[in-house]
Amino acid sequence: MVLLGPNGAGKTTLLRILATLTKHDAGSVTVNGFDAAAQGELVRQTTGAVLHSHMLYADLTARENLRFFARLCRISDPERRILEAAERMQVAHRLDDRVRSLSHGLAKRVALARALLHAPRLLLLDEAEAGLDQPALKLLDGVLDEHKRDGRAVVMTTHQVERGLEQADRVVVISHGRVVLDRPRSEVTNGEVTVALGVSGELTA
Amino acid sequence: MAALTVIWVIARKDLLLEARNRDVIVTVAAFALLVLAVFTLAVDLTPANARAVGPGVLWTGIAFAGVTGLTRAFAAELEHDTLEGLMLAPVSRDLLFLGKALGNFLFMALALAVILPAFAVLFNVVVFRPELIVMSVLAVAGFSAVGTVFAAISAKVRAREVMLPMLFLPVVAPLLMAATEVTAGVTLGRSWRESWEWFGLAAAFDGVFVVVSAVVFQFILED
Repeated sequence: MVLLGPNGAGKTTLLRILATLTKHDAGSVTVNGFDAAAQGELVRQTTGAVLHSHMLYADLTARENLRFFARLCRISDPERRILEAAERMQVAHRLDDRVRSLSHGLAKRVALARALLHAPRLLLLDEAEAGLDQPALKLLDGVLDEHKRDGRAVVMTTHQVERGLEQADRVVVISHGRVVLDRPRSEVTNGEVTVALGVSGELTA
Repeated sequence: MAALTVIWVIARKDLLLEARNRDVIVTVAAFALLVLAVFTLAVDLTPANARAVGPGVLWTGIAFAGVTGLTRAFAAELEHDTLEGLMLAPVSRDLLFLGKALGNFLFMALALAVILPAFAVLFNVVVFRPELIVMSVLAVAGFSAVGTVFAAISAKVRAREVMLPMLFLPVVAPLLMAATEVTAGVTLGRSWRESWEWFGLAAAFDGVFVVVSAVVFQFILED
């Protein structure tokens, strides 16, 4: 699912609620069958997230960051999973470098590797393509395709409307905290999306 | 056992970072030693008044140094939003708190291992008695529990360097009193039985505030 909308629409807030970083004010939120308020741990066990910051410890190596998260996730074979995830994101050659020495794009790849370590059922991506070069974007697309083929879900926000529409099975446009469009990709045209974005006050296409 | 493992994993990560940066322990130890040194210059120390004022100076120094260390410890979690990265892990918030508090406890305990001998030398007092070791552990545990919560609160505030001591010091005042009294008992050669009620106060403080802090911490973390 791709979430589109102007700045301040609530896309990031929604992702943060799904990731249990922010509490919803009203109603209920169910993620992967678990109540986000009462079963936050279970939600996080089945969810991976890459948000605006890479959220990595700058003075630890990429491997140490991944190992730390793997231990918190109680992964049984952490070293193998770390290597697999790092190779998937093509950062295995920089695993033993401190995150502080990595470029923003490489750090983002390590963050993606971390999000995939525990094989989450739901992947939350908040403008994950930001700062990635073309090869990394292709890797990201590959990850998204794999995720979909395995029957897992992705909820992503992006300001790159065309790219988002290419990837999406479902399109949701948010404005001022409200959903103004929510349709399967096959049932909505690019023009309708642009209009929905335009109605909410800002053309991003 | 899984909970203990998680707590240790979080604390170990903080220790590893500290081993790389040497930010917190050096700050705490240096600040406290500076306070001790300034007082030895400012006060005309005699053997009699050294034993009387020394304990207050020691724990005042540790309290203020602890505040500085806690600020540094949490500042590290704000860089690149690593605290939120920690919150994304499938771990309950109270285990996050206990892991962070354990890390802060170990930092302060290591700093204390430097500060106490320096205090003994500067104030020419005997400090290595079991009752002082026990009280030091209780005091540092209480400081760490309360300090971790208030450091998390003040981390989100602009004037955090001012906010943290303003929140932290009044709350830990009973613990400071207990630690000062027990230390005074040691330096003045009193029996530990005369300080028994202060141990009780410190243990009760720690028991209450570790639990309360663990509960409150989750509300502080979430937006």
